[in-house]
Order: sequence, then structure tokens, then C-alpha cells
Amino acid sequence: MTSEGIRIEGLRKRYGEGDTAVDALKHVDMEVAPGEVVGLIGPSGSGKSTLLKSLGAVIDPTAGRMTLGGTVIYDDGWKVTDLRALRRDKIGFVFQAPYLIPFLDVVDNVALLPMLAGHSNAESRERALDLLTALDVHHRAAAMPSQLSGGEQQRVAIARGLINRPPVILADEPTAPLDSERAMAVMRILHEMAKKYQTAIIIVTHDEKIIPTFKRIYHIRDGVTSEEAGEGRPIS
Amino acid sequence: MISLAGRDILHSWGKFVFTGFGLGLLIGVTLVMAGVYRGMVDDGKALLDNSGADLWVVQRDTLGPYAESSSISDDLYRTVLAMPGVAQAANVTYLTMQVRQGDNDVRAMVVGIIPGDAWGSPGWPPYLVDGRQITRGHYEAVADIAAGFRLGDEITIRRNRYRVVGLTRRMVSSSGDPMVFIPLKDAQEAQFLKDNEAILQNRRRTAANPAFNRPGQPDILDAVNASQANSTSVNAILVRLAPGSDAEAVAQSIRRWKRLTVHTRAEMEDILIGKLIATSSKQIGMFLAILSVVSAAIVAFIIYSLTMDKIREIAVLKLIGTRNRTIAGMILQQALALGAIGFAVGKITATFTAPYFPKYVLLLSQDAITGFMAVLAICALASLIAIRMALKVDPAEAIGG
Ligand SMILES: Nc1ncnc2c1ncn2[C@@H]1O[C@H](COP(=O)(O)OP(=O)(O)OP(=O)(O)O)[C@@H](O)[C@H]1O
Ligand SMILES: [Mg+2]
Repeated sequence: MTSEGIRIEGLRKRYGEGDTAVDALKHVDMEVAPGEVVGLIGPSGSGKSTLLKSLGAVIDPTAGRMTLGGTVIYDDGWKVTDLRALRRDKIGFVFQAPYLIPFLDVVDNVALLPMLAGHSNAESRERALDLLTALDVHHRAAAMPSQLSGGEQQRVAIARGLINRPPVILADEPTAPLDSERAMAVMRILHEMAKKYQTAIIIVTHDEKIIPTFKRIYHIRDGVTSEEAGEGRPIS
Repeated sequence: MISLAGRDILHSWGKFVFTGFGLGLLIGVTLVMAGVYRGMVDDGKALLDNSGADLWVVQRDTLGPYAESSSISDDLYRTVLAMPGVAQAANVTYLTMQVRQGDNDVRAMVVGIIPGDAWGSPGWPPYLVDGRQITRGHYEAVADIAAGFRLGDEITIRRNRYRVVGLTRRMVSSSGDPMVFIPLKDAQEAQFLKDNEAILQNRRRTAANPAFNRPGQPDILDAVNASQANSTSVNAILVRLAPGSDAEAVAQSIRRWKRLTVHTRAEMEDILIGKLIATSSKQIGMFLAILSVVSAAIVAFIIYSLTMDKIREIAVLKLIGTRNRTIAGMILQQALALGAIGFAVGKITATFTAPYFPKYVLLLSQDAITGFMAVLAICALASLIAIRMALKVDPAEAIGG
């Protein structure tokens, strides 16, 4: 089993203490290879967001072990010191709502990350334009986010998640606001990106339209994961 | 690098410009307040400069002639003039009163000076912008242009009318009232003369006194009446020193021999600036403090609410790995930009409105620089609350439930 991609072993997360404690994650095992896209589905309150937050290094798990892109980031209470750099360099985030920065135009929303990491503005924008072209929104590059349609905003947000070529992408309901055609387009892009950049992608979703496209699906119930094979239907 | 603060300001420039404008008016008021204080100090200095005196000889134990009333005999100047080290000595009277011209009523400081041959003696207006100095012994006046009179105008002081023959500039009292110069005799009359009722009353009383009203000797009664009607007092003697003589030494000898109080230039400054306008300057200081607090509160509130509006974006920025330093820098730069806009608006407002204030407003560039620094410091302080809040934002919020 490769150590690249995402690997989660026996992850547990308890919110609070004593009588009011909630065991949001009881036992999570997961494995996503580089270039693979897996679905994470489960009923409300089952622990999906908690799992994404743990992986995204914004909350501390209680026990277990997580490896991202070949690096152990959490091991039974021990964690990487610079979580901010970890998030910047290893993880791309795509949310249900695009959360673009309203005062930056489309290119700079995408180019922001490399700029903040110290790359030149010109180089960062060039990379951003390449990605926007791949996502077919380059014609809106000079627009402000408020001038885009929901689908366009979502694609810009995906471009932002991909710009640093992170080994891992965490997506939370990325297709929820989109019609089925747009949803499929987003899924196709994510699959292509996964192939192209060898990215491991986890997509949390309730979306019946896209569930059949996964080759592998993790179910989470009451904080416990189980794996099953998906249909792996090709995206038209 | 990219300037997040700059982009945000460009994006919501309307908000920034409006707030900056409001803040600017506050800052403008603050600068004018400081200018009013500077103007008061400058008025005091102008008063002393323009008097042309090195020493002020006044009634014993008074802070006259400007801060307290002082009255001394108009004969004394001759003896003062004879003292070693004294080059010139001139009687002078000062009286702040209403001066009428047609239907207008102007508050002015009426200065009595010796006219004619005493060209350029202390107390005289050092230069005229128009017309000539007073040459006749009566009923001529030289007025400061701030009083609004023109050459040839007829003005009324008490019961007498005067013709304006000359105009001068920046001749003001320590409270900023324009000066009107008239011949000393007229000024003494205006200041010390009793009204007709009182004179008649006095004459009746003198006539009833057998010591003055002797049968067959009417001259005595006339002489007494004349001496009572004549006012022989002035407010001060202005002394100009001979070159090379020591002010303090001459002052000491006049004090010793003449039993008068003598103020040197340094002492006069101390009296005018330290005592006469001390309360006003404290008042202005209070205003400045309040305005600073209000400005700080406005900046803090605006920056706080602008940051509040961006909580989601800040959570996203943090989630994708933006440094706290970058986020704090963004908020700080916005606060400073707001301060800079406000200062520019304030400075322009102050500069353009200053001439319309009834009192002299002196805007010093040194005050402007201090003000600018203070505004920046206040804005930086005010942004701390917003920065604290932004740094507390949890990046997990970006992921949501
Ligand atoms: N900050 C928290 N403090 C305490 N309990 C929490 C906290 N966040 C989540 N929980 C609890 O943990 C459990 C899992 O929550 P989580 O948000 O991970 O569910 P979810 O699968 O994302 O649900 P949904 O599909 O409704 O978003 C729930 O019972 C929830 O009440
Ligand atoms: Mg959730």
C-alpha cells in the first residue's frame, strides 16, 4: 500500500467532555490513492464534516493516525507544528459555497495562494489563467466574483483549490448548487485533475446525480466508516 | 505581493470615501482648534511686537496694561525718559470698547498714542497698509483693516467722531480684537472722562464747598473744576531701550526709583500666554482630547464593521493558509488608509475655512505633521479591536457544518 495520497487509520474524535461529550468519529479507516476520486456519504450528523475538518487540519482529532501526501500529520495526539503551511502546501479545499474573495477579480482569487506563498504576481496569474482555461472560465478572468453565475463561481473555487497542485483535495458538497449538467462538468474536471496532477480527492456528497460516478465509496454511520465499491459510471 | 487592503478599498471605495470624509471633517475641526490656540498665542506676540516696547511701565503691583487694568500719572513718562538706558518713553492708553461706524458696531481695542511729532515712538502702529499716521491732536484715527473700516470713514468712539486716516494690518489685542489708534488726549477723555451728569454733580458739590467757592475769588472755583475735568492718567508707559542697555537692569532702576511695576518683554509674554490665555488653552486641550477619542471610536467602529463583513472571507483565507500577519496587515493598512483619507480631507477643510473664522486661526505645518502622526497612531490603535477579532476567527468555520 502506497504512503502517498490519503491514509487514515483508527481515527477518533470526541467533542467536549464528561456527560456532554459527543463521539463524532468512533473509528475511521480510509485510503485514497494519488489520482483517485472517492465519495464520502452518510446521513446528517454522521461525522462527515468532522472528518473533513480533521483531515483539513483545522480541528484536532482525539486518537488515530493520518498521513497526507506521504507525510504523517497526526499520530495519537502528536501533530505537525505548522498547520498553516500544511494546509497551504498539501491541501486544496472546495466548499459547497464557493466563498470567493469579493474584492479580488477571478484571476487574483485563484492566483492569491501562490502570491501569498511568495511567487511573483505575473507567474501566479499565468498559472491561474492556465487552470481557468482548463476549467473553461478563462473568459471571465477579469470579472468580479459577484458577476459570475453559481456554476462559474464553483469552477473558480475549484481552480483556487487546485492552484498549488496539492496532493490532496477535500471537497464538501461541491455540486450541490449546480444543475446535473454543471455537476457532471465539475466531476469531470475533478477526475481529470486527479489524473493529471496525481491528486487524491475526497468528495463529501448527498448528490444522487454524482454518486454513481465513484469507483469507490466510503459510507459513514455514527462515526464509523465502511467501504464499498461504486458503479464507476463514466461521465458523459 | 498583492495588496489585499488596497484591493478591498478599491472594491468598496464608496464606503471608504464617505467614512473618510466624515472623519476628515472631525480632523478638520481638530486642526482648526489647534489653529485657534496658535492664533491666540500669535495675537499675543503680535501685540507685544507691534507695541515696539522693550519695557512696560505700569501701576504698582499690577499685571497691566493688557491683563489687568493699570492707571498711572501721565507726567511720569518724563522722569522715566530721563533714566539711564532709556531711549524713548511714551504714554499709552488701552481700552476695549464698541466702536460705531454708521449702523455697524465693532468691538475694538482703542489705543491712545501721542500724535504728530512723536513719529515711530513705542505704541505706534509700526507700518500702514494705506493712508497716513495720525498728525492732528484730535479726531483722527488709524484702524486695523480687520475692523472693516475704510479710509475716510467716520467712526464714533463714546461721544466723539473720528476720521479714519490710515489703515494697518495684524494690529490686534490679545483677544483678537482689531486696534483703533486715536490721539492720546482723546483716548484719555474716552477712558477717564465722566458723563455730563456726573460732571455737573461734581461741580455742584465743589461750588457748595466754601473752601473752593470763596466770595470775590471766582478763579479758584474755575481752576478746581478744570483740574477735575482734565484726566491726567494713562495705562502704561512704553519704554524703548537705548542700544546695548540691559532690560532687566533698567527695569530694576525704574522699579526702585519710581515705585512702579515694570515688565520686561519676557515677563509680558509670560503674562499674556501663560496667564491670560491659560484657561482658553486648557479648554482647547479638552476639545482636542474629546475629538481624538471620538475619531478613534469612529475609526474603530468602521474598521470593526468592515472586518465583520469579511469574517467568512477571513476564515477562508486562514483555511487556505494565509498568515495571521497578512490578515492583520490588511486590516491595519485599511485603518491607516482611512486615517490618511480623513487627514487629507481635514487638512483641506481646515485650510479653506480658516480665513472665515472671526478670530485669527494660525495653521502651522508643524501642527499638521503632529496631527497626521496622531491620526495614524489613533487609527492603528483603533484597528486593534478588529485585528483581535479577525485573528480569533476559526478556519474551521470556512468548512462549516
Ligand atoms: N463543535 C462541536 N461540538 C460538539 N459537537 C459537535 C460539534 N460539531 C459537530 N458535533 C457533533 O458531532 C456529530 C457529527 O457532526 P458533523 O458535523 O461531522 O456531521 P455531518 O455528517 O457533517 O452532518 P451534516 O450532513 O448534517 O452536515 C453530530 O452529532 C454533531 O452534533
Ligand atoms: Mg456536515
